[in-house]
Amino acid sequence: MAKVKMSKKSTSIDMTAMCDVAFLLLTFFILTATAKVPEPLPVDTPSSTVQTKLPETDLATLTVGKSDGKEQVFFGVKGKEIRMATLDYVAQKYKVSFTENERLQFSLIDEFGVPVEGLKELLKLKSADRSKKGVQSGIPMDSLNNQLQDWIQYARKANIDINQKELQFAIKGDAKEEYPQIKKVMDILQNQKINSFNLVTGLRGKDY
Amino acid sequence: MAELGNSGGGGGKKNGKVRSKKSDPRVDLTAMVDLAFLLITFFMLTTSLSKPQSMDLGLPDKEDKDEPEKDIKVDQRRTMTIIMGDKDRVKWYHGLLEAPEVNGKPTNAVYGKNGLRKEILSRVVSIPQTTGNKDKGLIVIIKPSKKSTYKNLVDVLDEMAICKVPTYAIVNDISPEEKLLIEEMNK
Repeated sequence: MAKVKMSKKSTSIDMTAMCDVAFLLLTFFILTATAKVPEPLPVDTPSSTVQTKLPETDLATLTVGKSDGKEQVFFGVKGKEIRMATLDYVAQKYKVSFTENERLQFSLIDEFGVPVEGLKELLKLKSADRSKKGVQSGIPMDSLNNQLQDWIQYARKANIDINQKELQFAIKGDAKEEYPQIKKVMDILQNQKINSFNLVTGLRGKDY
Repeated sequence: MAELGNSGGGGGKKNGKVRSKKSDPRVDLTAMVDLAFLLITFFMLTTSLSKPQSMDLGLPDKEDKDEPEKDIKVDQRRTMTIIMGDKDRVKWYHGLLEAPEVNGKPTNAVYGKNGLRKEILSRVVSIPQTTGNKDKGLIVIIKPSKKSTYKNLVDVLDEMAICKVPTYAIVNDISPEEKLLIEEMNK
């Protein structure tokens, strides 16, 4: 008697193509992901429910935070060319000259917090050493020596020169920072007729 | 699962000859694909979420010192003042401090859903009804005291966004009466 055999189907599927696609996507995402740069002044931003994203270009960030019990302000602009042009303006004003190499080094720094006089020292350091504690002491912003105001002004000028656009400002403050300190930074911006700016916040849960 | 090796009946003995086993070149890729997709998910989520959020803030033009100060008169029925003290404490009143509106006496509150938001939301709805004009809604005056933190400011501004308050302003001059209120609150 001929037995009817059930044909056994193999349960394994060919995964090769799927694997190919998966790794292709993986490579893409790894390459496009921006590596997180260590911040010289880490701040804990307060959270909000507003979901506007910060612009990617034409943006300057003012980081207000506390380090070693001292209030500090750090400054950073997006874009290498704008950074270089800003440095040139500032160098002119403070009568410091920077070599080509130093300019290049400066254009790679996302954010810094030293007085102009200490900038050369900072540029000599390796990038890993720059974000160490105690290396950067913040940009002076009192009424006698208001370097922050100059940085803001020259960064705006540089941005208009290069991108023909008005520079946007974002304030990234620590949640525990007291209001007068933030107000001081806002006042500096407002003195230059910058009345609208962004506050960098984290994302808050939906049910807040 | 892994099927590296003979795929059934490949290597029998025929004619006494020893045949080398034909190994199946297929490798089970399931685990590898699992891992790849896990990593993809991770990178996809982190790339889009790591972008910082931001909140727009527009401030009025700073008036020059030499110009005479202009007082802007607003209907006191529409104004609600929020005063921020230290240690996450907050106080609000509706109308004028000397003559508050009904249920608008200076009151302590807490930040968040069950505190400040309830008060603001009820006024967002009720004020256009009392003024009889839907363009004349609530005006919130935010007065951060010296001891308040940046987080408090962002929290209040966030409330403004959540409650869709039509007009709000950050005001820095605090009257002596309000100073008393702050001292009382900070005790």
